[in-house]
Amino acid sequence: MALEATTVERPLATQPPPAAGTRGAAARWLLGLNALLVYTFLYAPILILVILSFNASRNVSVWRGFTLDWYRSLLAGAGTLGLYGDTGTVAQDTAELARNFQASGIVLALRNSLIVSFSATAISTVFGTMIALALHRYRFRFKGTFQTLLALPVVIPDITMGISLLVFFSLLFRLLENLLGLRMALGFATIIIGHVAFNVSYVAIVVRARLAGMDRTLEEAAQDLGANEWQTFRRVTLPLIMPGVLGGALLAFTLSLDDFVITFFTAGVGSSTLPLFVYGMIRFTVTPAINAVSTLMLLASMVLVLLSLAIQRRG
Amino acid sequence: MHESLSRRRGHRAQFWFLFTPGAFWLGFFFLLPLLIVLVYSFFTRGPYGNVIYRWTADNYARLLNPIYFQIFWQSLWMAVTTTVISLLVGYPLAYYIARQRQPWRNVLLLLVIIPFWTNFLVRTYAIMVLFRTEGVVNAVLQGLGVIQEPLQIMYTPFAVTFGLVYGYLPFMVLPLYASIEKFDFSLIEAAQDLGANGWRSFLRVMLPLTLPGIVAGCILVFIPAIGAFVTPDLLGGAKTMMIGNLTQQQFLKARNWPFGSAVSISLMVIVSIAAWIYFRYGEEEML
Repeated sequence: MALEATTVERPLATQPPPAAGTRGAAARWLLGLNALLVYTFLYAPILILVILSFNASRNVSVWRGFTLDWYRSLLAGAGTLGLYGDTGTVAQDTAELARNFQASGIVLALRNSLIVSFSATAISTVFGTMIALALHRYRFRFKGTFQTLLALPVVIPDITMGISLLVFFSLLFRLLENLLGLRMALGFATIIIGHVAFNVSYVAIVVRARLAGMDRTLEEAAQDLGANEWQTFRRVTLPLIMPGVLGGALLAFTLSLDDFVITFFTAGVGSSTLPLFVYGMIRFTVTPAINAVSTLMLLASMVLVLLSLAIQRRG
Repeated sequence: MHESLSRRRGHRAQFWFLFTPGAFWLGFFFLLPLLIVLVYSFFTRGPYGNVIYRWTADNYARLLNPIYFQIFWQSLWMAVTTTVISLLVGYPLAYYIARQRQPWRNVLLLLVIIPFWTNFLVRTYAIMVLFRTEGVVNAVLQGLGVIQEPLQIMYTPFAVTFGLVYGYLPFMVLPLYASIEKFDFSLIEAAQDLGANGWRSFLRVMLPLTLPGIVAGCILVFIPAIGAFVTPDLLGGAKTMMIGNLTQQQFLKARNWPFGSAVSISLMVIVSIAAWIYFRYGEEEML
């Protein structure tokens, strides 16, 4: 007996709802207008910034023709622009920062940023992935509590974390000096420690999500075929979770590269990163060179976005 | 039996190997510092800005002092305003994006995500360029002859709120989009077939079903807004301080670490309540 084949109409979910006369059209028009306004709101300020970075005039209201002078001035030794380079001691306030202006160029700040971001990313990617594996594979006492702790650095305000690290390090340094006679100061190590402290969480959460979607039987098959723990991890698990690991690493790198607040409280002499440098520029100078720095940083962000998209597509 | 025992021991070793480094880092460089701040918030400030280890609850009592209470109140007010504006603007946008055809939908979504990856300082600075006395807005308005004297836009609650919405709007749109995208639009048709008008079918059908996305978006905007430091620091002045600025001021300028700690802990309490609501009622798949 042949069943009558009926093609089931897909529900209209993928199509726009039928216009309910002129009111529906008006509503759709308003929605489009809202979208247009929001995208203008999001992009106009950035676009203006980029345009002004090529303006020969110092004054934003006048266009005096195209120039690359502001970009040149950056490379020519931004120190002469009166930029702030190094943050002082533990007790620093903005006025003190302003006085602490040192001829430390943007190239140095960029170098410092890259040192910090690469180190923090490497450490947090390894440790974060390990944590994710531990959470994925094992049940243990206080697991729920630990997961809450893991989520905390994501939720907690930067300022709270920065302040608490400042208090912690000053206390730790005083202890070390009194007990062991060691004199230590804020610097690269303290910045990196702070960055890893929040990045571990981000990496662990991203990798954990990837692990959740993984087929466990593949690992079991590898072990049944005689692979040991390490071989299984290296040949089966790691390639499977690689998009998650790379995605987590890229997120960690971006967060670390962009971080201002936590770095502000943990940086010491000679370890100013790019965001600290830019903050100093914004706060204490009014040179259009800031527009040039900003444009370059925007460009770098675009590269990172494209990279993350490429990773997602692979995953 | 023996083999399973040794394997179990091997597993235990593996667990500790995987777990310890990251857990140590979180415990020693994240949790411990927070606990120290918590303890400091109950100590007394010495005459030279040092910390005297004498227990007191005065730091918390001091938060009720009108000067500080006003800062907390203003922060809450600006964070809530930011959240409401983001929701009112973000919901229609998320709806609009979800109703587009591919590849448009992905392009529009990407345009919301890009600011995520863009440096926050740079984005805040872009707002400064607009609002400064000699900034773009004043230049344009003066050029058109609308105003004679430049307007004071910077260092006002308006500027800070504007900056906060600018900074955190994407956090609203993404969970809303996730929620609306999952929504089955044939339910709207069903409601309308049954006689509900457009507005009513939205209120009674779509709104309740996308509520997790709304909660998630609101909390994801509220949390960074209430804890903001950079935005009020650059766009607000001494008059539009937020809790984050008060914390920084107490630690670095007033040198009152115990009171600064109390401010910081209070901020954490507010954020924790918001986070609890998020995990309880918000969109589950997003973090």
